[in-house]
Amino acid sequence: MRGILGKKVGMMQLYDESGAVVPVTIIDAGPCYVTQVKTLDTDGYNAVQIGYDEVPERKLTKGERGHLSKATAPTLRELRELRYKNAPTYGLGDVIKADIFKEGDIVDVEGTSKGRGFQGGVKRHGFAGGPKTHGQSDRHRAVGSRGAGTTPGHTWPGARAPGHMGNERVTVQNLKVALVDAERNLIAVRGAIPGSRNGLVLVRDAVKKPPKQA
Amino acid sequence: MTNALMASLQPEQSADFPEIGPGDTVRVHQRIREGRNERIQIFQGVVVALRGGKSAGASYTVRRTASHGVGVERTFPLYSKSVDKLEILRKAKVRRAQLYFLRERSGKAARLKEKRFLKA
Repeated sequence: MRGILGKKVGMMQLYDESGAVVPVTIIDAGPCYVTQVKTLDTDGYNAVQIGYDEVPERKLTKGERGHLSKATAPTLRELRELRYKNAPTYGLGDVIKADIFKEGDIVDVEGTSKGRGFQGGVKRHGFAGGPKTHGQSDRHRAVGSRGAGTTPGHTWPGARAPGHMGNERVTVQNLKVALVDAERNLIAVRGAIPGSRNGLVLVRDAVKKPPKQA
Repeated sequence: MTNALMASLQPEQSADFPEIGPGDTVRVHQRIREGRNERIQIFQGVVVALRGGKSAGASYTVRRTASHGVGVERTFPLYSKSVDKLEILRKAKVRRAQLYFLRERSGKAARLKEKRFLKA
């Protein structure tokens, strides 16, 4: 499972070789550092912990600093773990750059969606709302029925209802990598990705379309 | 919203692409690939709108009047590689950025006054 952390820069349009317009999202990806290697023997499972986003030393706790100095990595703000089937080949302090991916790779991008605050059922779950006419008042965007009556006599847990929307982890699967430039730490993927600009995103191999040999 | 990374990806315009504006009568030479053959298709008309400034996704819309007074508008990406050449045939004096009022006009009413004595 190759993966790299980055920041969403924004969307733009590029042209491919045939001259067709391609909508892309630009990601400022890496460099990431391997901050911990977990193996079946030591931790019971195989994984690599990668760190991203260099910050001044004072922004980290002593514990965090100690953990990073063990890996001889710079002071980093974000740490994420990537699970591996077999023992990972990375060593402590290894640098991961954008060139782990190449043009045409299929990836998943994980991020935190934009927070929408407390939203009603129409926006949050796509409810139809009430009729617009025929003497309706105050029913236009109502949620409607919450379930059956005396039996069961209560609202089912998990029933869709108004509430907080967004600001949650969202993964967009099977995006094609349109452009990679490791020197400028740049990855461009075709299509949109979750979150706002400057939001932290994880780009990793597509789970449903894994690379030929990984 | 442009940052340095995005600016570095700005597509390049071919050197002989002229500066176009609303009201210009232009001839767009577009490369069309049909199977293995490639030919040039010409679309001639009035530039009625420019969209997106100089951004990578910018475009311009050309309006021409086809047979029987039917208007046809085509929007081309400003940096499209399939546009082989663009010629400006005429510049017109216009007082707005989007000439959508031409859609309601036809024939003599759709004329635009030519801008003469241009500084070269």
